[in-house]
Amino acid sequence: MALSKNAGGARRWVDDVLGVATLIGMVVALWLIFIYTPVELVQGAVQKVFYIHLASIWNAYLSFFIVFVASILYLRRPSAAKDRLARAWAEIGVVFTTITLISGAIWGKPIWGTYWSWDPRLTTTLLLWIIYVVYLMLRGFVGDPERGRRYAAIVGIIGFIDVPIVHMSVRWWRTLHPDPIVARAEGPDLPMSMWYTVLYCIVVFTVLALFLVRQRLHIDELRETLLDLRMTAR
Amino acid sequence: MKLTLQQVLAIVQKDLTVEMRARDLLVLMLTFAVLSLVIFYLALDLWGPVVQRVGPGLLWLTITFAAMLGMGRTFVREYERGTLAGLLLAPIDRGALFIGKLVANLLFLFTMEAVTLPMFALLFGLPVLRPSVLLITALGTLGLAILGTIFSAMAAHSRAREALLPLLLLPTTVPIIIGAVQATSNAISGAADGPPWLGLLIAFDVIFLTLAYLLFEYAIEG
Repeated sequence: MALSKNAGGARRWVDDVLGVATLIGMVVALWLIFIYTPVELVQGAVQKVFYIHLASIWNAYLSFFIVFVASILYLRRPSAAKDRLARAWAEIGVVFTTITLISGAIWGKPIWGTYWSWDPRLTTTLLLWIIYVVYLMLRGFVGDPERGRRYAAIVGIIGFIDVPIVHMSVRWWRTLHPDPIVARAEGPDLPMSMWYTVLYCIVVFTVLALFLVRQRLHIDELRETLLDLRMTAR
Repeated sequence: MKLTLQQVLAIVQKDLTVEMRARDLLVLMLTFAVLSLVIFYLALDLWGPVVQRVGPGLLWLTITFAAMLGMGRTFVREYERGTLAGLLLAPIDRGALFIGKLVANLLFLFTMEAVTLPMFALLFGLPVLRPSVLLITALGTLGLAILGTIFSAMAAHSRAREALLPLLLLPTTVPIIIGAVQATSNAISGAADGPPWLGLLIAFDVIFLTLAYLLFEYAIEG
């Protein structure tokens, strides 16, 4: 609802700025990743996926944190806008978790010799992905829309609190089964150019997430307007 | 406080009375638990050293799935018969309702385990009737019951019914399952190294209990 108030001009303007910023930012990111930063000595070119990987998981955690906060706010005082915000961020979070998993697998094959290892981080990320896919499915399963939103908020809270607990438990569990092929993702000391690129990618990906979420919210609004129009047409 | 306790006891008593008369829930869980043990044995060709290694995991898979089946039924049953609507109309504190449901679920699960654990010991020859394993089982079951109670309340109100419960319960109970399996494994083999799983199980139970207690009213409302 908050968005529809300043409909038209202002919103389009913000979206345009975000869109152009994302586009330019991404092109610069590609230049930084592939030309500016040196090729890693041991891992070679495949290390470049690390920038996208890290920026994606940052976005995922940011998204799920926003889902968590929006869910708490929703339960305290329900409103359609808070629910839409939570759902939009959850969708973006799932997308970036997927990118994290895929980019990790691409990196894992040449470095670890396997696309997938049951490393604690991988295991936790997979469970994170599953929890939020279920979160997105939930509204459709429940039927009654108001109840669906409420239940989604519950899962948005339990899921977020659960993730660090899952991570700790998986890590403690893995200490009993040390996995020799699992190397640390980052070397002991990164050159400054690599650090700058990492930080820059995180910023650009966050802008991309903001842009996508706003688009998602806009689609939701259009859908609701369409429903309203259909109702009045009847 | 006294009133709340009375409310909790009333809920527990109601659930036990219903179950004593119908007995379908316990029979369902028990049959399923024994059946899974047999299926696991046949599917995995379990004997000798393999049992030592995967036994605790199998035990907890069996308990988890049987518990899920049983807890899924408790709320669906009440939803279908309109009991839930009655409970919500009654002047009962939502927290008391949650604790009452949790205790009733726990009692059902403990009864199921009272048969499943000896069966497991008999069929697979692992000493799971030790006090340490019983304590671990109690703590692990508590964790399952806590999340199971809130999620089955949600599942009962959804179109998908019990089908939703595993999707919600399994990914979130991973810490409980890992903790319970590792603790059971250590208790059976006598290994003392590694993280203090018993303490962690208690910690997980406390975190989940707090969360579920706070959120239950939203799961059950209107």
